[in-house]
Amino acid sequence: MLNKRIIPCLDVKDGKVVKGINFVGIKDVGDPVECAEMYSRQGADEIVFLDITATHEERKTIVDVVRNTAKKVFVPLTVGGGISSVEDFAALLRAGADKVSINSAALKDPALISKAADRFGSQCVVVAIDAKKMEDGSYHAFVAGGRIDTGVDAVAWAKEACERGAGEILLTSMDADGTKKGFDLPLLNEVCSVVTVPVIASGGCGTLEHFSEVFEKTDADAALAASLFHYRELTVGEVKTHLREKNIPVRL
Amino acid sequence: MIAIIDYGAGNLFSVQNALSYLGLSFQVTKDKKAIENADGLILPGVGAFPDAMEKLKESGLVEVIKNEAVKKPFLGICLGMQLLFEESDEFTLTHGLSLIPGRVEKIVCPYKIPHMGWNHLEIQNTDSPLLYGIKQNDSVYFVHSYMAKTTAPYLSAVCDYGVKIPALVERGTVFGAQFHPEKSGEVGLRILKNFGGLVK
Repeated sequence: MLNKRIIPCLDVKDGKVVKGINFVGIKDVGDPVECAEMYSRQGADEIVFLDITATHEERKTIVDVVRNTAKKVFVPLTVGGGISSVEDFAALLRAGADKVSINSAALKDPALISKAADRFGSQCVVVAIDAKKMEDGSYHAFVAGGRIDTGVDAVAWAKEACERGAGEILLTSMDADGTKKGFDLPLLNEVCSVVTVPVIASGGCGTLEHFSEVFEKTDADAALAASLFHYRELTVGEVKTHLREKNIPVRL
Repeated sequence: MIAIIDYGAGNLFSVQNALSYLGLSFQVTKDKKAIENADGLILPGVGAFPDAMEKLKESGLVEVIKNEAVKKPFLGICLGMQLLFEESDEFTLTHGLSLIPGRVEKIVCPYKIPHMGWNHLEIQNTDSPLLYGIKQNDSVYFVHSYMAKTTAPYLSAVCDYGVKIPALVERGTVFGAQFHPEKSGEVGLRILKNFGGLVK
């Protein structure tokens, strides 16, 4: 059977790794290639680079980051942040990315999902959704680092994204993100029940138990974390050892 | 020198990066002479079977691959592995390179398709030179929707996905990996290193 995946995420700004807490207050830390190598040594099943560079001109730096990482790290690499065209996909895949994640561009132009899937295959098209719970109990998809409510129902959007050819959903709970109180299980269950592709759980993990909980109580295929690994509160290896003890299949 | 065969259907960069990392000498080529002169061959491949066979034919490489693959170590990766078989059902019935008996069919299983992620190797042939140093249940990275159907003598390793999927096949000098060794961490690098060791 397939292993559950543990995915460290590196937030990259102007070619450097940073980590925002609750999408604000960003700290500068290290070199993305070195961080990715370290994670790979710890047993990361995949590495995500999230480019939070503000301007279009500086975006080519992420292509260099991917190219340099792909020379030294031999697990799948996913890149997200600011991708808005099939040409952006092509540039990142050519540099050595295996998957490209799109968020606001897909909400703005849902046809981008199918265009990219037709040209490069669904397996490399990840749709990232930042979801926040509304007062009426529904979830909305947010964009611009969580500042703008699109008004789009996040669960329905996940389903539509799959129908349009997304190969994977990267689901971040804006409510759980940064809290360290655990993944947003109700949100994950709602999304997992309507999609037929793998779902990556993101936002909220703070302890080893949160990782086993997300795999025991939802159908999530992978769990992603950024600051937890970045500040070395836990290592990827510790998480996987814990999951193995809980009889959850992982690559060790 | 390993020739990585470039026929316009495949992401060659990851394979090149892995061979460079391992210090194996290689060239990327679609030149028949270079393929004949190489000491080992790698056939990558991403995409659909009919399109890839068409591109091999357009490049005029079908015959040279069939002739050379039986003379020196040859490794097909992912779609490059599927092309080694006699035929495929993907979209339309298409003949392959017929280097290994068997055919390629859609994966039929109760789980999500594509079969994408890290799965465990169930080693069938412990004498396979590519599996030297690889342990039972080591994980490798797969991304595919079609699978080979072949018989025991050619199956070096399978993986379980509700159905037993051929993961590593071999016949003489011809090897095929359904998974991506270049994306399978230390285990994948070891398999590529083992292949490099077979190449003079």
